Amino acid sequence: MSQEASSQSQRISMLKVLNPFHIWALGVGIVLVGEFMGWNFSVAKGGAYGALIACWVIGLLYSCVAMIDSEVTSTVAAAGGQYTQAKHIIGPLMAFNVGLYLVMAYTMLEAADALIVGDLMAAVASATGYPDLSPQPFVVLTISFLAWLNYRGVFMTLTLNFVITLFAFLAILALFIGADPLNPGHILKHSDLLTELPYGWIGVVAALQFGMWYYLGIEGTCQAAEEVRSAGRAIPLGTIGGILTLLVAATLTWYISTGLMPWQYLGQATTPLYDAASIIGNPVLQVVLFIGTMFAAIASANGCINDAARAWFSMGRDRYMPTWFGAIHPRYRTPFRSIIFLIPIAVSFAFTGLLDQVITFSILSGLLGYTFMSINMVKFRKMWPLDVIKRGYIHPFHPIPAYTLLGLCSLVYFATFLGYGASLLSIMAFYIVASVWFVKRRYQFVKRGDQFTMPWPRPKGY
Amino acid sequence: MSYWEILSYAAWIISAMLLLWILVDAFSVSRQFDESLLMSSREGADELMAELEREEGQS
Repeated sequence: MSQEASSQSQRISMLKVLNPFHIWALGVGIVLVGEFMGWNFSVAKGGAYGALIACWVIGLLYSCVAMIDSEVTSTVAAAGGQYTQAKHIIGPLMAFNVGLYLVMAYTMLEAADALIVGDLMAAVASATGYPDLSPQPFVVLTISFLAWLNYRGVFMTLTLNFVITLFAFLAILALFIGADPLNPGHILKHSDLLTELPYGWIGVVAALQFGMWYYLGIEGTCQAAEEVRSAGRAIPLGTIGGILTLLVAATLTWYISTGLMPWQYLGQATTPLYDAASIIGNPVLQVVLFIGTMFAAIASANGCINDAARAWFSMGRDRYMPTWFGAIHPRYRTPFRSIIFLIPIAVSFAFTGLLDQVITFSILSGLLGYTFMSINMVKFRKMWPLDVIKRGYIHPFHPIPAYTLLGLCSLVYFATFLGYGASLLSIMAFYIVASVWFVKRRYQFVKRGDQFTMPWPRPKGY
Repeated sequence: MSYWEILSYAAWIISAMLLLWILVDAFSVSRQFDESLLMSSREGADELMAELEREEGQS
């Protein structure tokens, strides 16, 4: 209790210890698991070429996301990322919704990643003669170990993410080299396996939803804005470096897989890159790809815990949620109560075992967030033009990326409606109900003046 | 008892220990430190903002 007296005049904050490599590891770490599994469902919808179109069209969508995020976050350098941006630029209701999108998207993705780790363990057990292994203890171990790591500090958490994400990325490069790309027809049989679009252009549009798996989560780099040594430098470097890495990884993944497997098989494969290593027949590559898949899933869950906790923490700090969640650990400087609160929620989602639905909810929550970003960017430049506040990074060609992002999001909503119309409508209904709760019940607790902390001049037009 | 069964039990036990450690630590921190200190963080503003403030101060 002796520390209590001195604490009255003290303030604690999160530690500024991260560099651009950590930011890269956070963004790419969350996403890379999508290259190891999931992206290939786009092949089932649109065939191999349809999946390539989806890969690049959605790559364009996420390039816009990365550019916009880099500019806004290098200026609004606070935990909460897009939530904080929405609060400053649009208003409380949008901020509440964006905060909720972030927490739901990351917590559900974390649950799906833990499920993947559990299923991989069960697959190994089955292959070694023990077919009845329950994945549940390994799901819980994954979530509890990563939560413990996140609780103990952000530096070690994201340093681990850097190591395992780099391994997973190098595993894809090793597979590409192992497929002997300089000798087409030797191992890779594109001339035999690539076909016309099996379901025409409507199939290509339907494939767009699953093209999101290549990149979903790169926007998570923004959540670390309050913990980087220099937000103006680290966020743009880590985020743009991350999207470039993912564009390369996604294209290589498509190239290797479609050269080894017919689209009918590839479209329903569970672990397409591991299958590709098995087809090549190199046992070392098989082991590397298995470890790469496992590491990618762990890195993704790790980054998701980091990001969901910071979004929830920020909402607590602003009283959008109970203030109790806005606490920082005095020794580890992490949002420890938010980390603890989200553990049972992630475990509950994971125990449903409904990987498809969990991922769909995560993707749709992410998509709602991207739609907001386009509106946000246009407003940001209008309210605070370039010469009014200094930015760490200024993205080129404004407003083309913002409008491109809005157009592509609309296209993906349509694609999602084709395949998951009921899910789309129920998720919209969930957020509308949550918004009503926020306006009617929660906003009365928000201290309106306290939530705007940026030392910016009055916005243009106000 | 097979190797995989032992591994499953080990996973449950390690998970329980980690979660217990987290809860005990969180509880002791909440008792040891004042709530106003734990919730004293303010939205971060990096050196760009500080620079802006300096510029404004000079003008």
